[in-house]
Formats: sequence, structure tokens, C-alpha cells
Amino acid sequence: MVLVNEDVVRQAAAAVPDPELPMVTIEDLGILRDVMVSPGGRVAITITPTYSGCPAMEAIAADIREAVKTRGATAVVVRTELAPAWTTEWITAEGRRKLAEAGIAPPEPVGEASRSGVRARSGPVQVTISPRCPQCGSPRTRLVSRFGSTACKALYACGACGEPFDHFKAL
Amino acid sequence: MSGAPTAQLPPVAQYALRLGDDALILAQRLGEWAANAPELEEDVALTNIALDLLGQARVLLTHAGKIEAAGRTEDDFAFLRDERDFVNVQLVEQPNGDFAQTIARQLFFAAYQGLLYERLADSADPTIAGVAGKAIKEVDYHEDHAAGWTRRLGDGTEESHRRMQAGVDRLWPYVDELFLTDQLEQELVAEGIAVDGSTLRKEWHKRVSSVLEEATLAAPESSWIAPGGGRRGVHTEAFGYLLAEMQHLHRSHQGARW
Repeated sequence: MVLVNEDVVRQAAAAVPDPELPMVTIEDLGILRDVMVSPGGRVAITITPTYSGCPAMEAIAADIREAVKTRGATAVVVRTELAPAWTTEWITAEGRRKLAEAGIAPPEPVGEASRSGVRARSGPVQVTISPRCPQCGSPRTRLVSRFGSTACKALYACGACGEPFDHFKAL
Repeated sequence: MSGAPTAQLPPVAQYALRLGDDALILAQRLGEWAANAPELEEDVALTNIALDLLGQARVLLTHAGKIEAAGRTEDDFAFLRDERDFVNVQLVEQPNGDFAQTIARQLFFAAYQGLLYERLADSADPTIAGVAGKAIKEVDYHEDHAAGWTRRLGDGTEESHRRMQAGVDRLWPYVDELFLTDQLEQELVAEGIAVDGSTLRKEWHKRVSSVLEEATLAAPESSWIAPGGGRRGVHTEAFGYLLAEMQHLHRSHQGARW
């Protein structure tokens, strides 16, 4: 009988990169929610989507199965759980650092986000805090579109260095 | 596989289909903008919104199938039901028209869905609560996107104002249906599962009126009101064409997979 070590399985699952943001792992993003290993070597892993329609979820589930099987798991089930809803607050400090390094402005804390409290907003005035340019660090940036190359990103342009960049939207 | 008519399904399955069909059909409509939007950023925005909605629809249609317990999958519900078994509101099936008309439809629907999901996040049905709780922040972005364009077009040039107002006028008759309630909904309200649509009307008007006002637009003072009936499977002429496009591949090649 092959002994399956829970820590080894967890590490294998945690190291799976996000297919659309390969510089960060699913653990960095807070997508990996739970890893359980039964005595017989059956593994149950729970993940949560960043966005309702995130097309990367199926690829992530397949990548996890692949990664865990090589660690001796006899059966792998990957479950998707919606509640509690994922938030950018779950992105680790390490994840934020890697995003910034790759030129993606990490999300601001949800409490300070320009969209914070939108449900409760009382007037038409919305204060917008622009993210700093990940290339030159300038705060003089401008929103081009709230919807970017993936569901989780918005497109910005920097007024100082002139470069466009992606911003991981606070959610 | 095709199955029982929607009206014969357990109440919670019917309710999940109402929510899921709203999202699915609007996603299909927004998808029509792929490669057709006025600028690349909008192409990406409208299809991103479609993707969010499709994600909601997939969970809700799957949920309906589990409750029915007859083996139907999300694909069976999306591709093998006929028109009369779809229970979305008529607003979401209205043709895209020009960009302004699409934006008016987005504003009206996102304002409604946001208010609805805010309440459904506390639903006694954990799957419905999960979908609503997950999607609510996404819907905020949808509403904000539509409100931004409504202001920009309404308070823009003479031509953009005229077309934005025309979009509002064109979709306005389909607003009333959002707030109609019926016996099925009331039964589920009593169980803490559903939200009484009529209780959202006042707040919806407040939200939408404030956007229209900032945009120098107005809701039509007198307008005919569409008789509705989407929740009973009654749809407008445009819907059959939408279904034909959405379903033809699946029906022509049964069992085809990506």
C-alpha cells in the first residue's frame, strides 16, 4: 500500500499555477480552499472560483488532479464551492508581490476600493483611487476599461510613463 | 435528454430556472457583441459580463437538474428545452439594437439583479444563496459599466442623447415584468427561498431614475406596458431566433463535446 502524505498532497495542489496568471499559484490567489486525504489515499480538494464565469476553473481542476496523482493518490475529487464568496482579500502577500513583479497592479484592500460600498452608495459621486503604475510607480494612472484580458482584471494606462497595464480588480 | 415541462418541475427547480434563464439568455445576447462592439474595450467588457452571467446560469441550471433528479444536466436545460419551457423575463431576450439600446437593457437588468441578489444572498436554499452571494459584486461592476455609458451617451452629443433616450424608451415597457410576482414565488418567499419581486420596484426606480437624471434623460411619461409572461414561458418574437442560434449546434450534433 502506498502511503499518501497529506502535506505532500497539499503542497502539490498548492503549487499548481493559475493558467491565466502563471506567475502565481492557486494558493497565492486563495483559490485553494481545502485538501483532505482519507486513510485509503483518496483525496478531496475544494477550490473556489474568483469570478462566477471564470473559464480557468476546469483547467485548474484538471491540473490539480494531474499534480496530486503523481503523489500517490488513489482517487482525486475536485469540488467547487461558491460560499463564502472569494474576495481579493484572500490573495496572499506573496501573491501580491508576484503580481506586481509581473507588471499587474495588485488589488487595493476592499475597504479602500473605488467600488467599496457601492451597494450602499447614496449619491452619484464616486471617489476613484487609481492603482499605482507597476512599471514606474506613478499614481497618475487612468482607467481605460473596467473589463480587461480576463474577468479579474481591469485595463489602465499610466499618465507618467505612458504604458498600459493590467490591474487586478478589488472584489 | 429532454424532460418534463418546466411548469411541472418542483417549485425550487422552477425558481432556479427563472434566475438561471435570465442570466443565460442575457449572456447569449451579449455574446452577439463579440467582434461587433464600437471599440475593442467594449467588445471585451460586454463579453466579460456575458461570461459572469453564464457562470451563474451554469450553477443554477445544474441545480434545477439535481432537484428534478431525472438526470438532466445544464446542457440539457440550455439546449434541449423549447421556447415555452424557458422562464426568463422578456427584457433579457430583447434584441441588442444599437449600442445605446444594449446599454439601457444592461442598466435596467443589472439594477434589478443587484437588488435581487442582495436579498437572495440570504436565501434558505444554499445553492441559490451561494450564486447570489458570489455574483453580487460582479453585478455591481455590470451596473456601474451601464450607468457610466448611460451618463456619457445621455449627456454627450445631440445624436448620442437622442439614441440613448430612444434605447430607454424602447426597453421601458419590459421593466414592469421584473416586479411581477406569482403564486410559485410567494410560496417560496414563505419558505425563505425566494424574494418577492414586487418589493424591489421602489428601490429600482430610485437607482435608475438617479442615473437617468444625471444623464439628462427621462423615463417615458406614458408608455405601453408589455403584458409580460416570460415566467410562464410566453416570449416575444425575437426569442425563437435567439434559441435557434443558441441551440442549433447542440441539436444538430447530439453529444458533441469540445
